[in-house]
Amino acid sequence: MIKVLLFAHLQEEVGKHQLEVDDTNITVRNLKDNLQSDYQLRQMDQVMVSVNEEYALEDDVVHDGDVVAFIPPVSGG
Amino acid sequence: MTETLFDIVDHPIEVEPLIKKVERREAGAITTFIGTVREWTKDKKTVYLEYQAYVPMAKKMLATIGDEIQSKWPNTVVAITHRIGRLDISDVAVVIAVSSPHRKAAYEANEYAIERIKQVVPIWKKEHWEDGESWIGDQLEQVPYPTGKPKIEE
Repeated sequence: MIKVLLFAHLQEEVGKHQLEVDDTNITVRNLKDNLQSDYQLRQMDQVMVSVNEEYALEDDVVHDGDVVAFIPPVSGG
Repeated sequence: MTETLFDIVDHPIEVEPLIKKVERREAGAITTFIGTVREWTKDKKTVYLEYQAYVPMAKKMLATIGDEIQSKWPNTVVAITHRIGRLDISDVAVVIAVSSPHRKAAYEANEYAIERIKQVVPIWKKEHWEDGESWIGDQLEQVPYPTGKPKIEE
């Protein structure tokens, strides 16, 4: 199982701050595509992904037990 | 000294303790940057802001910025605290303190820190206006990250 964390507008669009996904050994790209189609999300092109608190690439593979976060463009400061 | 140099807090930030964190005998300069909540952005009036963070990763990324600064400006010490939650106009959202033997590095490193915060640290701002609200992203109006992630310097 993969834990998926959502922030900012994604959290509001999905209506949850956390999801649990049964897929394992899935690429970041596929995980993102699945989430986008499951929840009909927009603006995913600029959303970055972290795996276990490190920024990940689209081809990185997510494993069982990993914590993935979808990170919309940041606006701190 | 166990105090943390890079922190995310949900209460008002005091500047003086950050200055103390970077104070040392070799320093000839300490610069501070205080980011505050602005009321007007172009013709939009902000009523209040709400900041959200992915706290553990945000702390790590602040520390990464600290590492980047160490390699670019050796012999500097950096402390950064960012506040999250609801902030009213003029509240302090972020404080950055940098000490260095000479002032130039302290100024440059401080500016670098705020620019990098706006690029890589997972913190989001929601603007609440009189007539609506919106999460703000991509303040720098950059194109989407071509490599799929922001540039992390070694």
